Amino acid sequence: MTLQTVQSAIPTDPASGRGFKVRQYSICLKGILYREGLRFLNQRERFISSLVRPLLWLFVFAAGFRQVLGVSIIPPYKTYVLYEVYITPGLCGMILLFSGMQSSLSMVYDREMGNMRTLLVSPFPRWFLLVSKLLAGVAVSIMQVYAFLVIALFWGVKPPWSGYLLILPALFLSGMMLCSLGMLLSSMIKQLENFAGIMNFVIFPMYFASPALYPLWRIQESSPLLHKICLANPFTYAVELIRFALYGQVDWASLMIVIAFTALFLGGAILAYNPSNGLLRRRQITGGNA
Amino acid sequence: MQDVKANDGVSVPAALDVSAVGHCFGRKQVLSDISFSIAPGHFTVLLGLNGAGKTTLFSLISHLYDTRQGAIHIFGHDISQAPGEALRRLGIVFQARTLDLDLSVYQNLSYHASLHGIGHAQALERIRTLLDQVNMSDRLYDKARSLSGGQMRRIEIARALLHRPPLLLLDEATVGLDIQSRAEILATIRDLVVTDGISVLWATHLIDEVENNDDVVVLDKGRVLAQGRVSDVVRSAGSDSIRQAFASLTGLVSVLPEDAGL
Repeated sequence: MTLQTVQSAIPTDPASGRGFKVRQYSICLKGILYREGLRFLNQRERFISSLVRPLLWLFVFAAGFRQVLGVSIIPPYKTYVLYEVYITPGLCGMILLFSGMQSSLSMVYDREMGNMRTLLVSPFPRWFLLVSKLLAGVAVSIMQVYAFLVIALFWGVKPPWSGYLLILPALFLSGMMLCSLGMLLSSMIKQLENFAGIMNFVIFPMYFASPALYPLWRIQESSPLLHKICLANPFTYAVELIRFALYGQVDWASLMIVIAFTALFLGGAILAYNPSNGLLRRRQITGGNA
Repeated sequence: MQDVKANDGVSVPAALDVSAVGHCFGRKQVLSDISFSIAPGHFTVLLGLNGAGKTTLFSLISHLYDTRQGAIHIFGHDISQAPGEALRRLGIVFQARTLDLDLSVYQNLSYHASLHGIGHAQALERIRTLLDQVNMSDRLYDKARSLSGGQMRRIEIARALLHRPPLLLLDEATVGLDIQSRAEILATIRDLVVTDGISVLWATHLIDEVENNDDVVVLDKGRVLAQGRVSDVVRSAGSDSIRQAFASLTGLVSVLPEDAGL
């Protein structure tokens, strides 16, 4: 076969002009969202465990601590509220936090099993692929939060109806921040086994050093140092953003801080997954001999 | 960047041009001054023992690692400067299995199609055609988990061809497969070169996968020891066969008998 016949025989893809069209970006995004959804549906125990955890806190912990922890009237609440009502936004944040980390756990798994390579060798810009993956993770997290809120409704946690709609942007932003953090962490983790340490050193400290379970003023009274740690914790602002949004208000300071941390974590994750600058170039992706 | 000449004398860009490429892990230099090119429509074997640097080189070609020493061009597109244009012309079968075991064959392939911006209807048509080509059309809706190693490999080959790349890289694609599956997969790829004019870089450590009219690049300890037509490499090594030439070039001649199973 001559070179000319070879050249003419090479199958040409109609979509192989330079660059991609908006429609193709949309196909790629939909594909990533769909795959993440399928993976989630295939792992029903993941969905159940994601709900059991906050429900245990709501049904058991909150019931037990209702009489121990008093919550005074603090914004956005206009009256005294039950402890169950107080911790519900924190539990929504908890779902996002665990889900964000689980999503990054799946990236470590994907990388170890080689699936991540199929994503990273796509011709679409790497930032777009990572943001799409992130959006897929956030969409799954938000579905879990709404499922939790529906169950909490029957437990007497009844925010205004508008709150269910207004919470959506807050969940989205908080989810983006936490999933970005997870993605950044996943780029630093070499093996799946190391992720357990990150869970202990990141998830639990972030969750407990926040207003998810107790108001900040109470923390300040008991430990000024812990209060300062809470103020440095990005999860604090995610919880407050969700809490205010659930009651139809915007906590502007929290909103700004969540946006800033999202940009920081997302930028870091994109840099870390960029072979020109990031951590991947210093690390051999598993699965090969050399 | 090296061009290759067509019969009418017109220069066309090489399917793959690797020029003075090196790579380090920390302070350890694992690839040094790697240079070779593949003409369009050629089957080229990248021959090297385990640890020679084949997978690292594949990671550089596929942009999983950044090329910091030297340059890599795919059909004239620099992988560092224009990764999108280069990657859309590249199909890859990795050494490690990369199918999502919980998804069906269709879902795995369809996901790959979306990662190349191919719409649902077009993807389905191509998936059916390619599965026919690799004799897997009856497994379209089966879970990847239910496939044998050889079947998974064939699906991965179909997946790598889904976006119709003119260059295909296969990294130890027959490792862990029985003799029949190995032969079938190799025959499928060789057919693609002849019928579709696809360029192939086939990385292996198995000498019996090399044929006399192949191009070969011998890689050892991160360096290219020889390259060219198999007959030329054999002649320049002063050997009678590619097996002997490889053993001689890599220094295995003193430790391996002639019938060693490389």
